[in-house]
Amino acid sequence: MEPSDHLFRREAGRIVATLTRIFGVHNLALAEDVTQEAFCRALEVWSFRGMPENPSAWLMATAKNRALDVLRHERTAHAFAPELGRLLESESTLAPMMEELFAVNAIKDDQLRMMFSCCHPRLAEEAQVALILHILCGFSVDEVASAFVNTHAATQKRIARAKNVLAKSKRLFEVVSAVEFSARLPVVHRALYLLFNEGYHGASPETAVRLELCREAMRLTSLLLEHPLGTTPTTHALAALLSLDASRLPARVDSSGDLHSLFDQDRSQWDRELVIEGLKFLELSATGSELTEYHVEAGIAALHAQAPNTQETDWESIVSLYDTLMTLHPSPIVALNRAIAIAQKDGSERGLEAIHSIKNRESLATYPFYSAALGELELRRGKPETAREHFRAAVALARSPMERRFLTRRVNACEQDEIQ
Amino acid sequence: MSEFLYLYRGADRGGSPEQLQQRMQKWTAWMKDLAAKGHMKDQGHPLERTGKLVKGKQKTVTDGPFAEAKDLVGGYTLIEARDLEQAVELSKGCPIFDAESAALEVRPIMNM
Repeated sequence: MEPSDHLFRREAGRIVATLTRIFGVHNLALAEDVTQEAFCRALEVWSFRGMPENPSAWLMATAKNRALDVLRHERTAHAFAPELGRLLESESTLAPMMEELFAVNAIKDDQLRMMFSCCHPRLAEEAQVALILHILCGFSVDEVASAFVNTHAATQKRIARAKNVLAKSKRLFEVVSAVEFSARLPVVHRALYLLFNEGYHGASPETAVRLELCREAMRLTSLLLEHPLGTTPTTHALAALLSLDASRLPARVDSSGDLHSLFDQDRSQWDRELVIEGLKFLELSATGSELTEYHVEAGIAALHAQAPNTQETDWESIVSLYDTLMTLHPSPIVALNRAIAIAQKDGSERGLEAIHSIKNRESLATYPFYSAALGELELRRGKPETAREHFRAAVALARSPMERRFLTRRVNACEQDEIQ
Repeated sequence: MSEFLYLYRGADRGGSPEQLQQRMQKWTAWMKDLAAKGHMKDQGHPLERTGKLVKGKQKTVTDGPFAEAKDLVGGYTLIEARDLEQAVELSKGCPIFDAESAALEVRPIMNM
């Protein structure tokens, strides 16, 4: 039997979450050690015997047995999860308790507990996302560092500090109190959104790595949807946005690793199943009184997903959704995207005006797609020379070889235009 | 054809889940390849890293096996090869060599 993609990585997240629930959050390092031990056993046994029928169950059972050993032998040296303490101390309650703790639904709740715990209010957003990737998605420090195009040392420091905050938080976040849950939920939404965006727009030169970040964000979001307190209209809106954006991934980066903008994507490559799923989530998000940026962004993505090409796209509705987004969650990037939509609706001149009136435009100075947008609109209004200068500036700011190739193609397009 | 014992020493146990999965896949592929080429006599077993050492006339029992991590035998496999030279050549494809300090001991089984 062949292991499915990233089986170890995914199982590592589930096992660490469950073991941390049992050992207590202050014993996170112990939970990580026991998890590593379970994976080493799997490596050794499976290398000789091949994969078992149900590798996930095998790994979980191995982790459980090892955890039982630890609980029996190190009871005196360690204080384990305080809320489970007495049940784990007595031999007669230990085994049935462990069965309960390793039940499928219990493991799902453990992952949610960990997800919410990683979104600790004392941690910066980047640290929350790094911690989620490291603990719940089984990325090593080096793998997190490469996903965020950061140095090993900086990532190591960030994760160590974040783990320290987590370990000192006394207990894992409890997912039963509706009040606490709802209060932390927006932070979790935001972290999952950022994780997805890192995959979608991030700088990692590895397409496979970025895709994996998107998939992990979607997997964790669907875990949230399975919990009665997590399945809110806003979670549905987030799920809609991620599915609809992800539907474009196959066309966004082609088989030779080249980037294509929304305007020149082969729309037949869009993942129809994800579009349908996204539209279904969007429908489910349209209840209650809360309108979030995820609702609006998903609405925009839905309009793109349903349009046969850029000419037949409902740009008027898209501009008006960007107007709403600017009131909910204003940012220079949102304003830039709004300007691009205005250009589609009212022409390049109006688009350029909108770009020039963006507040805090300076903060976009290092964003390659700001210069690229200027270039695109200049090119369209027949100024290939000005356009080329903007694209050249964009090339200089490119964050990955893929972006550089894409922007260089645009520089070349300007030169061809000049000759004609 | 003669028989040879492979003793795996000091295999790497570190790495991220992703790296461990890749290593495992390399091992199964290597084992399959040996079998496909008709060299596999018995794929053998991995060994626990704990055990006891029973020693001397006194038969004193101590915790063992005492070897340093890099020398510790982690498993064994029985293969068939034309001669020692070929058995050594075949061993070179083993993924254990991805780790700097790991080693593979090739021992001919004595003919009877």
